[in-house]
Amino acid sequence: METDTRVILICSGKGGVGKTTLTANLGISLARQGLTTAVLDADFGLRNLDLLLGLENRIVYTAQEVLEEECRLDQALVKHKQESNLSLLPAGNPRMLDWLKPDDMKRIVDMLKKQFNYVLIDCPAGVEDGFKNAMAASKEAIIVTNPEVSAVRDADRVIGLLNTNAIKPVQLVLNRVRPKMMANQEMLSINDVTDILALPLLGLVLEDEQVIVSTNRGEPLTLNSVNSPAAKCYLNIAKRLQGEDIPLIDPAEESTGLGAKFRRLMQTKIF
Amino acid sequence: MEITLRDIINKLLRRQPASASTARERLQLVLAHDRSDLSTELLDQMRREILEVVAKYVEIDVEEGAVSLETEDRMTALVANLPIKRTMNGQIKLKEPKNKLEENPQEAEGTDQNS
Repeated sequence: METDTRVILICSGKGGVGKTTLTANLGISLARQGLTTAVLDADFGLRNLDLLLGLENRIVYTAQEVLEEECRLDQALVKHKQESNLSLLPAGNPRMLDWLKPDDMKRIVDMLKKQFNYVLIDCPAGVEDGFKNAMAASKEAIIVTNPEVSAVRDADRVIGLLNTNAIKPVQLVLNRVRPKMMANQEMLSINDVTDILALPLLGLVLEDEQVIVSTNRGEPLTLNSVNSPAAKCYLNIAKRLQGEDIPLIDPAEESTGLGAKFRRLMQTKIF
Repeated sequence: MEITLRDIINKLLRRQPASASTARERLQLVLAHDRSDLSTELLDQMRREILEVVAKYVEIDVEEGAVSLETEDRMTALVANLPIKRTMNGQIKLKEPKNKLEENPQEAEGTDQNS
């Protein structure tokens, strides 16, 4: 049905920076906007997207059975309980990595493209075969990184690979932003990261304890607690993906009161 | 390089500078190397060969000469900073004076970024 499906790779290089959480929350947010969305767990080694979406008990078939033609695609797709526009295609067995080729990923994504407006691919960490397979099936990419040296360095490696494989646009999501630390200049600023990586910023996500709570429950933040800081950020990112012009949150304005005023004073540029 | 009020207070109190600027500098350096795929040995070999070539024409301070990779906006540049020795009357010391050079800027490369 859809010919202009957007296939977006969600990748980071470094593990644990928030790829899967972003995939789950973007999936929910896009689905809530009425867009049919498939999230594909391409992390066959260490799959977790099912767990974050609370769908781990409803998996019958996976991408593996689809590829081996043991089941149809719609039998493997797991529809989200509350957001029927969102479906998960679970990752197969880790042993799949032995034979999985970039063309296999393309086949799966081509099938998904026929049914969905958006296909979000949750990429494995690293820059090895698992990542390369996922990249082969994608057109555009979102890089997730934290304002930390190791995460930014690994993101840079991935951006290099995306550039040589003509993936574009590549946009940046800066995750786990701590406004107070940034104000104290004890954390790389937003400009530092966008300058170093030379990427347009799709959005930033504020550090938020509620993310852990939502993971515990298997209910992405954007599903219920739309007023938590991180949930707002995820919703904004989804809207920007759809072309809406949503201004960025200014982390400096997230902290208010006398302390914040003092920190802003301390940031006054002398030279 | 921007200097903020905090930096000045830190300096006055002899405190360590805020870590974000350290992070930025370290990243820029490490990324320049990551992006070039040049090992430190290769870079060092290249440095020596560049110095040899330049030393054929002008007398340079071999100890002070530095060749490094610098990066900005995904553009990586090879920056050679080769101080040229001068004669007593301020002229550049040519190795084998063929014809006299006019007074020239000291540096072999235009980028004036200091770290």
